[in-house]
Formats: sequence, C-alpha cells, structure tokens
Amino acid sequence: MNLSRILAYTVRHLYLYKRSLPRLMEIFYWPVLDLLVWGFISIYLMRFKGDLPNFVAFFIGALILWDILFRSQQGISVSFLEDSWSRNLLNVFISPISPAEYVFSLLLVSVLKLIFASVVLVGLAWILYSFNIFTVGMDLIPLVANLIIMGWSVGIVTMSIILRFGQEAEVLAWGIAFLFQPVSAVFYPVSVLPEPLKTIAHFIPASHVFEGLRAVISGGALPLNEILWAAGLNVAYIILAILFFTWNFRTIKKKGLLVKVGE
Amino acid sequence: MTKLLQVEGLTKVFGSVRAVDGISFELMEGEILGLLGPNGAGKTTTLQMLLGLTTPTSGSVSIFGLDIKKHRQEILAKANFSSSYISMPFALTVWENLTVFAMLYEVKERKRKITELLKKFEIEELRDVPVRRLSSGQITRVSLAKSLLNDPKVLFLDEPTASLDPDIADKTRSLLQEIKEERGLSILYTSHNMKEVEELCDRVIFMNRGKVVAQGRPEEIMRDFAGSSLDDVFLKIARGKTYG
Repeated sequence: MNLSRILAYTVRHLYLYKRSLPRLMEIFYWPVLDLLVWGFISIYLMRFKGDLPNFVAFFIGALILWDILFRSQQGISVSFLEDSWSRNLLNVFISPISPAEYVFSLLLVSVLKLIFASVVLVGLAWILYSFNIFTVGMDLIPLVANLIIMGWSVGIVTMSIILRFGQEAEVLAWGIAFLFQPVSAVFYPVSVLPEPLKTIAHFIPASHVFEGLRAVISGGALPLNEILWAAGLNVAYIILAILFFTWNFRTIKKKGLLVKVGE
Repeated sequence: MTKLLQVEGLTKVFGSVRAVDGISFELMEGEILGLLGPNGAGKTTTLQMLLGLTTPTSGSVSIFGLDIKKHRQEILAKANFSSSYISMPFALTVWENLTVFAMLYEVKERKRKITELLKKFEIEELRDVPVRRLSSGQITRVSLAKSLLNDPKVLFLDEPTASLDPDIADKTRSLLQEIKEERGLSILYTSHNMKEVEELCDRVIFMNRGKVVAQGRPEEIMRDFAGSSLDDVFLKIARGKTYG
C-alpha cells in the first residue's frame, strides 16, 4: 500500500467539490431531506399515539401517488440525459424537430413510463397489502392529473438547468423532486409543518393533492378547493416552466452551449 | 450554378473573444467546399451558426435562399450533418437509430432507404447491433448513413473520416464523390487531412483567428501561398503567414 497513491486519488475526488456547488450540496441534501420527512412523520404519528385511522391506506396510497409525480418528472429529465450521455443532442437539434416537439415527445415518454410503473405498484399494493387505490374512485383522476403536471413542470425546469450547466447539474435529475417532498406533505398533513413551511406548502400543488387524498381515504368528499388551488398553481407553474425553457434555450444558443451539453 | 448557401458578415463574439469575425462566403449547388484552419480558427463555431445551433452576434446565413433564423425547420428538413465527434443512442441498434432519424426527417419508404444506405456504407451486418458495441469507425459510418437519410441538398460534414481506417476513409470519400455527382449534392467539409481536402474539395476556405484568410481552388491557394501542398499552406497559415 502506498499512501501517496491513495492520497492522489482522494485528492482527485476532492477536487470535484472545489468548484461544484451541486456536488457540495449533494453531501447535505439527502440527510437533511431524510431528517425533515422522517421527523414530520414521527410528529404526526406521535399525535395519534399509534392509533392512526387508515394507517396502511394513508401511507401506501401516498407512496403510489408520490411515485406518479416522481416518474412524471424523471420521464423528462432522465430521457433528456440519455440523449446527452450518448452525445446525440446535436443530431436531434440539427433535425427538423422543434424544441417544443422535443419537449412534447418527452412528456409522452413520461406518461408511458408512469403508466407502466403505476400498474406494477398498484398491483403489488393490492397483492401484498390488500390496498386497492381504486377505492378512491373517480377522485383519483384530478389527483393524478395534478401530480403529473407538477412532475412535468419540475422535469422541464430540471432539463433546462442541465442544458445550461451541463454535467454539474445532472444530479438534479434524481434529486430535485425530493426537494419538494417535505413541503408536499406526502405522508403527513400540512398541519404538522411549522409555520414557514406551511406557507411554502400552500404554494406546492402536491400538498393540496395529498390533503385531498387523505380526505377521500378518511371517507370524506374530495375537497374541491384544494384541487382547484392545485390546478391553478399547476397552470401557472407549467407556463413558467415552458417560458423558462424557451428563454434558457435561446440563451444557450447565444452562448454556444448547446454543442457542449454532455461534455 | 445556383447559390445554395450564402454567408454574409457572419460574426460571433463570446465575451471579449471574436470567435468568428465578419466572414462571408458561399456554397454553390453540386460543390464540395472545404472549411479549413488550425484549432481555434472558428470553423466549428461557423458550422454551428450555419446549422442554427449557435446564434450569430451579427451577419446572416441564408440556405436555399431562406434565412436560417426564420426558416430553421424548413432548411434543416433538406440539410443534414455528420461529425465523428457526436454519436447516437448507445442502447439502440443501428436499425432502430436510423428508423428514429428517418421518422424525424419524415422519410418515405423508410425501410427501403435504410437498407440501401446500410449497403452503401457496408454496414448491413451491423443492423441489429447496439451502437454501444460499435467501433468509432463503425459509428462514423452509421452517422454518415444517417446524414443521407433525407436525401439532403446540402450536407455539413465535420471531420467525417477522422476515425476511419485508410481503406474505409478512401471508400467514404469515393462514395461522397459519387453521391455528389449523382444528385448534385453540395457539401461543406471540415477536415485536418489536407490530402483528403485536395482530393475531394472543389474549393477551400482557410480560416484563422475567426477570419477568412484565403479562399479559392486548392491549386490557386497553393500558388498564392507558394506552397507545394495544402499541408504546406496549412502550416503557413497556422503560423501566421499571409499570401506569398
């Protein structure tokens, strides 16, 4: 064993963190998110002292719906990354496809991917935990639709950031959706959150969806105000995401960065 | 001969660097034009602007009489590009990749066209092989096949033979010459292989530090620079010499 060689390769990895904010953040990102999510779940469970009604339905239902948001975002970001990794983006962008057509094709891929993933998850939840997500009934449609659109907005923004900052930003494709998890109140109600996070949650479409899901699973009606608020936010966010993508695409063409994506 | 491409006063400035500095040239129908110069001369940036991948700071690019800024999709449907520096989705087979691009270019009779090109580039046996298993020379041939899928009227080739062995490189040059003669194809060609350029190009443009420093037929340029070959001229230009 040669200490100099071991140190050489340690330094090689440490150099990466010197100039890379995303890499540096990644060290803290997952532990902090885990602490937040599990901390709020613990507070929620403590309030009911283990006597939480519809325990299984709340958690498994929430997990299945969260996965819809996650797949919807990943369907865009990861599909885009595959083109970037295979140095194929130039072939795509010198073909007659327009940036809008390219984005729409990725939206379609994301829907197909989440259909496959959802079929498996829903089936397994039924077989393993006797949980049937379809007991939510037709209310499932607006809940799922809102999550898909939120996933698209996050996916389009992620793709735009990767286009601009390249490899440095690739970690976002896997991690960015989880940034919204603590304030999306996936596994606990918004009321568990401290005041500042409650305000943020109010502007996150997913938090209204999960509040709606819990209301329906508890046997109540779908709170229309929550769904309409989520839909309104989603319309605003998807428009902003598209505008951001368009502005960003124009900027990277001006800076000559399009040809450097994936390097 | 008709002008297929016209570049006027094309300039690209990145911060304090003038990567391309007011260049003007044209590409005629059925012509192979070599775009040459040392590294950092501005060839790649020029090519990117011609393809609409980078926005020029000033100047204009018109292809088929249409402005690339306003008619990008219409132009790109009748043009194509191949470079030894880009690739294709690794997990897809050669056939699948070519099918995707044939769909992007709305190629009619896709299967016939792909089969014909696989045969032309002697890669029929690779049709069901994923791109990740191909050598760089094989990927270059697949990329060249892709670039002819839409029967382009103008082809942009960025060092297309850089990763090919001498035999395949020679076959590729012959094939390009043949296609050019058959269809009156116009080609803008970048290469560092001056012998290849002498053999293939009707006209060449030498760039250095963002400017066009010489243009004309290879023999004219050799005469003007008192060089015995284009290699000789290249070295003179790269080392900052001007005419004579």
